[in-house]
Amino acid sequence: MSGKAQRMPESVSKVETSFKELVDLEVRTATDTAVKNLTSDKAKDMYKNMEDIRNFEENAKRYFAAGEIPGFVHLYAGEEAIATGVCAHLTDEDYITSTHRGHGHCVAKGGDLKGMMAEIFGKATGLGKGKGGSMHIADIDKGILGANGMVGGGFGIATGAAIRNKYKKSDRVVVCFFGDGAANEGVFHECLNMASIWKLPIVFVNENNFFAEATPQWYSSASNTIAERAVAYNMPGVRVNGKDVAGVYETAGEAIERARKGEGPTLIECVTYRNHGHFEGDEQTYKADFGEEKEWADVDPLNVFREYAIENGLVTEEELDKLREESIKDVEEAVKFAQESPEPEPEALYEDVFAD
Amino acid sequence: MSKEKLFMQAINEALDQAMEKDEDVILLGEDIAGGANVKHLEEKNEDSWGGTMGITRGLMPKYGRERVIDTPISEMGYMGAAVGMAVTGLRPVPELMFNDFIGFALDSILGQGSKMRYMFGGKATVPMTVRTMHGAGASAAAQHSGSYYGMLGSIPGVKVVVPATPYDAKGLMLSAIEDNNLVMFFEDKTLYGTKGDVPDEYYTIPIGEAAIKRGGEDLTIVTIGKMLFVGLEVAEILEKDNVSVEVIDLRTVAPWDQETVIESVKKTGRLIVIDEANPHNNTATDIASVVSDRAFDYLDGPIKCVCAPNTPVPFAANLEKLYIPNADKVLREAAEIIDDLKA
Repeated sequence: MSGKAQRMPESVSKVETSFKELVDLEVRTATDTAVKNLTSDKAKDMYKNMEDIRNFEENAKRYFAAGEIPGFVHLYAGEEAIATGVCAHLTDEDYITSTHRGHGHCVAKGGDLKGMMAEIFGKATGLGKGKGGSMHIADIDKGILGANGMVGGGFGIATGAAIRNKYKKSDRVVVCFFGDGAANEGVFHECLNMASIWKLPIVFVNENNFFAEATPQWYSSASNTIAERAVAYNMPGVRVNGKDVAGVYETAGEAIERARKGEGPTLIECVTYRNHGHFEGDEQTYKADFGEEKEWADVDPLNVFREYAIENGLVTEEELDKLREESIKDVEEAVKFAQESPEPEPEALYEDVFAD
Repeated sequence: MSKEKLFMQAINEALDQAMEKDEDVILLGEDIAGGANVKHLEEKNEDSWGGTMGITRGLMPKYGRERVIDTPISEMGYMGAAVGMAVTGLRPVPELMFNDFIGFALDSILGQGSKMRYMFGGKATVPMTVRTMHGAGASAAAQHSGSYYGMLGSIPGVKVVVPATPYDAKGLMLSAIEDNNLVMFFEDKTLYGTKGDVPDEYYTIPIGEAAIKRGGEDLTIVTIGKMLFVGLEVAEILEKDNVSVEVIDLRTVAPWDQETVIESVKKTGRLIVIDEANPHNNTATDIASVVSDRAFDYLDGPIKCVCAPNTPVPFAANLEKLYIPNADKVLREAAEIIDDLKA
């Protein structure tokens, strides 16, 4: 990593003059060869997937505001390119661990939209029978080892799944998604260290959206970037533009390939922005709604990919619009399913504490 | 065939037989083999410590470092990894060297492993057995001597086992590893050197069943872990006063065997619980609460809980001796409720 990178100034008032510099530190975007690895079908799948996440989140926001979705909702909209670009390389056999902001990861890993929506509505037909909720969406059969209400809660689980894969001599990989906040949990360091000494088939995918709740990354991290911490654990650390799905896809592809071949873990920092509050209802007074921060916030990964895909002849605008319509319809059906589903029966309170 | 074996041998034998039976059983923890990547040991396929107390000695040479994994000192990381291993189909047996280190590892148990099945709608299974060491009496001081089985046992989704004899230790360990849930297995460090008859063959003891170690008619004493021996000592002493004591070794703290305890109290009308944990919100207070609720009409006197004081474990030998519940303390409490019997 370059030693030239400057720390963000301590005063928040100066952020507007240097936010771009923070975003741009050593950041990768899709190379010219990335497009060669993208088939037209893959591009369509990825776009549909990003639309699904976006529409899922917009509906989550709507029905939370309407009082139909209870509890806490942490929205992923704006960060779609990361979950989509990474999970595009995975099958149901591979594992992911997710975060409290996990809807996007679960959609990208093949989570059923209806089951997910019913879950966040607290309905019996949800993936967790309505007993987990937004922060605990999981589908073991799809390799989704759970969203997680504990910041950093996925590190250990992902590391263990990777130990399993290595022990079973399987070529399955594990992706551990985590935010910039979780990078400051001790277990981040413990698990990167263990993954490296044991050369585990795992990719640590950091989503640096610059905010851990109401605290900026440039305040809470002693290192300029999350990626450069990889040096301490003797693994590659790469920083990629997290709004560029082609770039994420390319970078994640290399890391996942490395993991599958038994060459060990990689840390990828995807630079993005948290367009929503920490939770719905957060007034977000800590954000600068102007200048470079606003400009970066306004970069929409879906539009970035639309332009990229059209420019490179992967899809037509009409095809993209059609996918968008399909997605809107799919998510509407999921909402309808959730709304019409029954609440859990009272006895469900006591079920599934222990396995037989 | 049965032979006299040490408590520590019984556990080692259980782990060995579980590993022999099922290749998905994997041990991990700090120095459970010891000497990883040390050339002169590798050349001879030898372990070093085999666990800080030597409990897992010999298992690495037999099963290899893939199945007896020495971890860095990263309790949160490797306990979390054990949860990940379990939920993806392995049957890990992580060792938390001292139960006092639980603070580092707790999220994996409290936040993750114990709740997954419930949160994920019954679709996750977390078959893991956490081995850990507890107990005062070894001059190990406040950070290596506590007894936190009650605390862990209060978490839904966690089973907690505290054996007192080598026979129970082996059978309960094999049950714990076969169990499809998160089981915490507490080993009292002062019991490792005790002896008892242990069958050579594979056998299990059901989790959740207490054992009546001595039958009696006048007073029920429920014990946890090594407090069994305090209970038996008290029973011997009171026998001389013609007081007949029933001693129940709880063996499993969560879920504890309510039926056996309630049946006994219905017969004797008197109950003392001996628990080495600190005195509040522990297993003893839970038993007292349940018994007073379910068997109030059968009680001839107050339920007595004899526990450690509400202090950390002291280092000085004389103070540590005062800390641990003993026969004198139990007899003082007993005197209040058996007075009429002795007269």
